[in-house]
Amino acid sequence: MRKLATLSVLLVVVGSLLVACGDDGDDNLKQDVVRNYADGAHAMYSKSLASAVALDQAIDSFLAAPSAVRLDAAKRQWLLARDDYGPTEIYRFYEGPIDNEADGPEGLVNAWPLDEAYIDYVEGDASAGIVNNPGDFPVIDAELIVSLNEEGGEANVSTGWHAIEFLLWGQDMNDDGPGLRPVEDYTTNANADRRSTYLATASDVLVRHLRDMVDAWAPGNSGNYRAEFLSVDPDEALRRMITGIGEMSRGELAGERMTVAYEARSQEDEHSCFADNTTADIIANAYGVWLVYTGDYGTVNGPGVRDLIAAEDEELAQQLEDEIRNSVALARAIPAPFDQHLREGVSDSDPGRQAVLNTIVALENQTDTIVSAAETVGITIDVS
Amino acid sequence: MRRVSGWLAAATLLAALIAACSQDGRVDEPLLFAERLGGETTTFSKGTNAFELSARNLTNEERRMFEVGDSFFNQNWVTAPASTTARDGLGPTFNALACASCHSHDGRAKPPDNDDDPERGLLLRLSVPGPNGPMDDPAYGGQLQDRGIIRVPPEGRISIRYEEMPGEYPDGTPYSLRRPTYSIEDLAFGPLHPDVRVSPRIGPATIGMGLLEAIPAEDILALADPDDADGDGISGRPNMVTDLRTGEAALGRFGWKAGQPTVEQQAAGAFMGDIGITSSLFPEQNCPEPQQACRDALDGGTPEIDTQRLDLVTFYVQTLAVPAMRDTEDDQVREGAQLFAQANCIACHTPRHTTDASHPVRPLQGQTIYPYTDLLLHDMGEGLSDGGHQEGQATGSEWRTPPLWGIGLVDTVSGHTMFLHDGRARGLEEAILWHGGEAQASRDAFTLMPADERAALLRFLESL
Repeated sequence: MRKLATLSVLLVVVGSLLVACGDDGDDNLKQDVVRNYADGAHAMYSKSLASAVALDQAIDSFLAAPSAVRLDAAKRQWLLARDDYGPTEIYRFYEGPIDNEADGPEGLVNAWPLDEAYIDYVEGDASAGIVNNPGDFPVIDAELIVSLNEEGGEANVSTGWHAIEFLLWGQDMNDDGPGLRPVEDYTTNANADRRSTYLATASDVLVRHLRDMVDAWAPGNSGNYRAEFLSVDPDEALRRMITGIGEMSRGELAGERMTVAYEARSQEDEHSCFADNTTADIIANAYGVWLVYTGDYGTVNGPGVRDLIAAEDEELAQQLEDEIRNSVALARAIPAPFDQHLREGVSDSDPGRQAVLNTIVALENQTDTIVSAAETVGITIDVS
Repeated sequence: MRRVSGWLAAATLLAALIAACSQDGRVDEPLLFAERLGGETTTFSKGTNAFELSARNLTNEERRMFEVGDSFFNQNWVTAPASTTARDGLGPTFNALACASCHSHDGRAKPPDNDDDPERGLLLRLSVPGPNGPMDDPAYGGQLQDRGIIRVPPEGRISIRYEEMPGEYPDGTPYSLRRPTYSIEDLAFGPLHPDVRVSPRIGPATIGMGLLEAIPAEDILALADPDDADGDGISGRPNMVTDLRTGEAALGRFGWKAGQPTVEQQAAGAFMGDIGITSSLFPEQNCPEPQQACRDALDGGTPEIDTQRLDLVTFYVQTLAVPAMRDTEDDQVREGAQLFAQANCIACHTPRHTTDASHPVRPLQGQTIYPYTDLLLHDMGEGLSDGGHQEGQATGSEWRTPPLWGIGLVDTVSGHTMFLHDGRARGLEEAILWHGGEAQASRDAFTLMPADERAALLRFLESL
């Protein structure tokens, strides 16, 4: 009974607040959408951190007693962890925690292309890389590999997902499958100990950066990014969110990740070229748009951008939902591995290339709808 | 016929300006500014992405070309050999890993904060006077590369010292300019040539370059007045340089000294000089005689960026949108524009041009644009001279009028307000005060303005 009374008092207070706002609940919906997005970011980065920790453990276990079986286990864990990281890329493109100019670690986490010869031997240069250069780099530790590629893309990339990928798979000199790094690289081959240290260190650094992202979005911390995000004008927070899904759809995914590889036909000009995991990367990125649009992150579920648009124009909200669902489905329909569609001589009418192009076009169209849908809720965004 | 129409257009514009001035001392605003500085390419973004967006009038197919070019502009180049064969061939010596290293978000670089600052958006060109024009330094070439791939030594390290030069406006308001001195430390291959000339250069914003390329050459040449026939103290002459694609002389438009005639050649030159990437225009690796490790290094193919990809990077740079002017209805901004005209800044910073209606790049055709440049060389006085470094026909004290569009967004996009060719000016006001030579009279006119007028003029620039 007490409880009910308290609740009704609360309702009256909330009700009068609503009247005071005079904005028929729009602002409350906006706040809810923004808060749910922040909750989702925390959930998605937490999931990514958990699988990156599992990868780190698999790598430690492999390095403790190197074997083909344990190397395969580490590779499998990399692929799984990658699926969890992909959707979090939707939190880029507005100078948030992951990619702000001052200290966003995006360049350390996911930089591409990888300067392989800066890290380790490559075909044609057996003594290349930091691993094989104890003279200039006597000690390999986190401080070294972070310092070597920090500061605004001014130094060679030597950390992150693709560095770990390269150290697990090796160069992909194989037209029909991923790279095949021998286990001996971690046992008897030259500088195996230094290579082991490098791999373990790169994995630790990745975990550290993902933990920073979890902290940045964690509730209950008045000084973190989430707190700032929830305190700015909801329209500004929404602008960031919608810029993220627009920029991911067209500039990043349709453009940078797909069109570039599609047009340039450089077979290894794809993001996870050592592991041949590029189609999975594409699906994960496309799926990130879906998450933010629907607001349904699995463990976290609340109003998304869709609800906001639906409040103004249900038909448009449904159209955009259909378009995003379609682009994710089309991405899933691209036959793996991705690099087979980039070979010279593969005709544009080949079903694989058509599947790539169809996904590109769908993402472009969905971006136009995102921009116009944003306008209907009073948000102007500029995307590539 | 084309040439005549170009002269005619320029003469008409001039006549219109004079007529507009003579009525009430105010210039018609459409001759001075408009919201859409880049015509139909204009983006209305005012954020950190304001310089990196595609021209707003691209088709989906054109935008895909833009995206591919964007990728080769933004992504780092890596050491050869690498799995990413399209992107290897960095160095052997270089200044930057990617175009975007210095043109981050397609914005403007700044000089290093100190000698240990790893972010170095400033480079040094080198030349030695020769009997038939400037020559490269025999050991270091035409540019100092301060980085090398693993096992290849950098050529040297740039060190900058600044000296404060206090001054004051006629109304007593103090200011201070900082004069830089450049030196090169840790030279890896012995001393520089005793007669070497060193010219510092900062990476400028890359917006609107396709539109500048699309201004008919006749229109630019019509603005030239090399002998100052009209006696206004401002000459302006074209830097006629060699178009490597055609082998013919062509109007230089790009670079701080207008040393490059096309966006393609500017981009290919920067790929070579700054990143160490060979192309069909610059097929030779940059490894002067004494640099053995550089000469022994593996390359990333011949050339390292193929013609198709260079074309796409060129298209990307050509079709970067120009951001819209802000606050066009603001009284202070409008007043500032009039003061900009009254101080005769517009004699070189020509506000308005119209691009060629039959230009080969469709989205750039027939656009009315406001770049605020005549693309000509002007003597800017001894204060800005780079000590006798010659580039094409440009002498040490001659500089191309830089465009001003987007200048008010540099702080937002690039996070600083360091202006002029080497970033010595810590803001627009200092940049104006550095103007000398042909621009001395305009500079003096600015200093003679009351404080509120100076503020209005600066406010106008910040709205661009």
